[in-house]
Amino acid sequence: MADKVKLAYYLSGGCGGCDMAIIDLSENLVDLLPRLDVVFWAPTVADVKYRDLEGLPDKSIDVGLFSGMIRLSEQEHMAAIMRRKCRTLIAYGACAALGGIPGMGNMHSKEEIFQTAYFDTLSTDNPDGVIPQTRCLVDGKYELTLPEFYRYVRPLQDVAEVDYFVGGCPPHHSFVARVIPDILGGSFPAPGSWITSDKAVCALCDRNPAVKGEEMKLIKTIKRTTDGPPEEGKCLLQQGYLCLGAVTQGDCGALCPKVNIPCRGCGGPVPGVKDFGLRAISAVASLLENEELVDRIPSPVKLFYRYSLPASMLGRKIK
Amino acid sequence: MTLKKIEINPMTRLEGHGKISVFLNDRGNVDDVFFQTVELRGYERFLTGMPIEEVPRTVSTICGVCRCVHFVASVKAADAVYHAEPTPTAGKIRELLLNAHYVEDHTAVLYALGFPDFVVGPTADAAGRNLIGLIQAVGVDMGRLILKKRYAAVKVIEMLGGKPIHPVAALPGGWSKRVTEEERKEILALSTEMVELGQLTLKIFDDVVLRNKEYMDLVTGEVYKVECNYMGTVDEKNRVQFYDGTQRIVDTAGREIGRFTGEGYLDHIAERVLPWSYLKVPYLKRLGWKGITDGEGTSLYSVGPLARLNVADGMDTPLAQEAYEKMYTAFGGKPVHNILAYHWARAIELLNAAEKVQRLASDESITGPDVGAELGTPDEGVGVVEAARGVLIHHYKTDNRGIVREVNLIVATTHNNGPINMAVKRAARHFIKNGKVDEGILNLVEMAYRPYDICLACATHTLPGRLPLELEVYDHAGELCKTLRNF
Repeated sequence: MADKVKLAYYLSGGCGGCDMAIIDLSENLVDLLPRLDVVFWAPTVADVKYRDLEGLPDKSIDVGLFSGMIRLSEQEHMAAIMRRKCRTLIAYGACAALGGIPGMGNMHSKEEIFQTAYFDTLSTDNPDGVIPQTRCLVDGKYELTLPEFYRYVRPLQDVAEVDYFVGGCPPHHSFVARVIPDILGGSFPAPGSWITSDKAVCALCDRNPAVKGEEMKLIKTIKRTTDGPPEEGKCLLQQGYLCLGAVTQGDCGALCPKVNIPCRGCGGPVPGVKDFGLRAISAVASLLENEELVDRIPSPVKLFYRYSLPASMLGRKIK
Repeated sequence: MTLKKIEINPMTRLEGHGKISVFLNDRGNVDDVFFQTVELRGYERFLTGMPIEEVPRTVSTICGVCRCVHFVASVKAADAVYHAEPTPTAGKIRELLLNAHYVEDHTAVLYALGFPDFVVGPTADAAGRNLIGLIQAVGVDMGRLILKKRYAAVKVIEMLGGKPIHPVAALPGGWSKRVTEEERKEILALSTEMVELGQLTLKIFDDVVLRNKEYMDLVTGEVYKVECNYMGTVDEKNRVQFYDGTQRIVDTAGREIGRFTGEGYLDHIAERVLPWSYLKVPYLKRLGWKGITDGEGTSLYSVGPLARLNVADGMDTPLAQEAYEKMYTAFGGKPVHNILAYHWARAIELLNAAEKVQRLASDESITGPDVGAELGTPDEGVGVVEAARGVLIHHYKTDNRGIVREVNLIVATTHNNGPINMAVKRAARHFIKNGKVDEGILNLVEMAYRPYDICLACATHTLPGRLPLELEVYDHAGELCKTLRNF
């Protein structure tokens, strides 16, 4: 077993898509298994798992993959345990690295989220105004507990030191297939950096004007995908569809523009960019022909910060 | 009376943390059991303010396993919001995507969760009772073959949806890309692999489970049984449908007690909030809230593979129909309340979905240019599809620019919340006697909720392939007196 790489995987608040990206390695997975010693692969948050992990010597696991953001008390605890036990800790996928889609919850308070889920939704039937409790006594004798739901979502780096980041919602399995052998071989980039092919989505996109030797022109209109199909082979941003490929890592192979859909930034920021949303706003704003166009962008925060609000300077809505 | 509390922690489910709390009386027998869930990330709230056309690729992330169903349900809702009738071509593309998704999803669930219990054995050493153990048991070549054939379906999802997980190509009233003739031919070729996978899966089920008397006693016995109503989608001939149809409800005796489409769900379904779980418990509104209890007259209902087969009169493809008849002959009647039959139904549906992929890819008109429809003024719409795990409802209200103002989602695992509670209660009551709890119980209790394929569970344990479980036994003073674990 000594030559095998000890791997721990923890799914925090994510959706399991990152796990599926590993399953989608398919036949390659069968070939990789003999080289891996999967010591831990926890599906969800629970006390027992961190006790189990706590039982292992510190730094006894070679690599920890942490997927999903932090929303519950146990997830925060597990992040600390994973950090202690793993020599290398990777924020794997957009949620762990940036907060991800559920990070948009940071535009709303915990009270608003509960109000919607347990009172206002159309099919909810709550005659006694019940709200789930962290501790509750049922029928006067059954004491039941629930984990605490925090007021906001955080990316992994806010609660534990992260060695490397992998983007993507989820990372494409072809990229995972490139990353895992690197992990097995112990070849990593500089600590604290993203594991990436270092190319923006635009660099891999057939629609990129630069590839054709054309110039980028100012954008005269803002379009939504409901405004009709884009022109074949032409840059989506040039046509007014707010594609964020210029500031997004293209480890996916620029898949969305291929099917006429603008990039939304799930791959994470291109190297050197600290705040994805800010850079995306700046990239788009610099191309707008006039200021009035800004007002035509629906819910800008949920566009430019769709995958990265918790990791941004905005972080969350204060009031 | 002093109660002892045993926590089985964690269970897995969609996003978050589930556990089972078992309370034992003085004699060490089960007094009551609770299945508790955390499943709240606030989608219904944070989708507000987003343009409806951005919703499908966003709600896909509710679950990385069953992503295509949220994607398709929400785009159907977006059609309704815009009063748009999707073009026939777009409808076929969506149905093709959904059926390809069924193939890979049902495969992942069966091989990672369902089969290890039977292939490796329900009380075998837990270390080998997982996908890796299963691959060892059936042979590496067979494991490779199954994963390869499953990948055929993943490839189709990427081809049609733009990405293999969290697709992007859905648009209100249509689809963002056409299918080329080359793609159609490739999908048709891949569909052969999928049909073979369906047949292979049923054969494995037949060899491993149906021919084993001990297993059949579990499958047809009284322990893994929840007697409730069922809800599922059917076509005009009452055959199982995934993409579109009418939602049909039958009672515990199999009599039809309701039908609805679209917004009609509100006449039939209400969700009760509990103080001890983040997950609401849906029930049939017309029967009233009667608490978490099963048997004749219950207002709880189940969804998912077994529920779909129970509400239907058959399947709409030949090979799957044959398998359907075989299953009901074995049980000698309908509806089947034995929950391990969920796995059997899942295998039948896998074949059905594969046959449908083949049928849809054989239809040359799927390469038509008409993938976009005329959009009206947006306001409100409901989209319902069958997720692999059961009926999935997406309901949106928007302003006149298509910006989301209000959202209601009822996901499949939520419908099953009550029945899952009943299932674990029954298994715990049966297996925990006189204070005796041992390692084997862990898996026997696990087997009571696994058939429901609690959304994420399927994917998240596939690699080590087992659900790490721990039993903690406390005495009446709250002192931990015993810990058992399967890892």
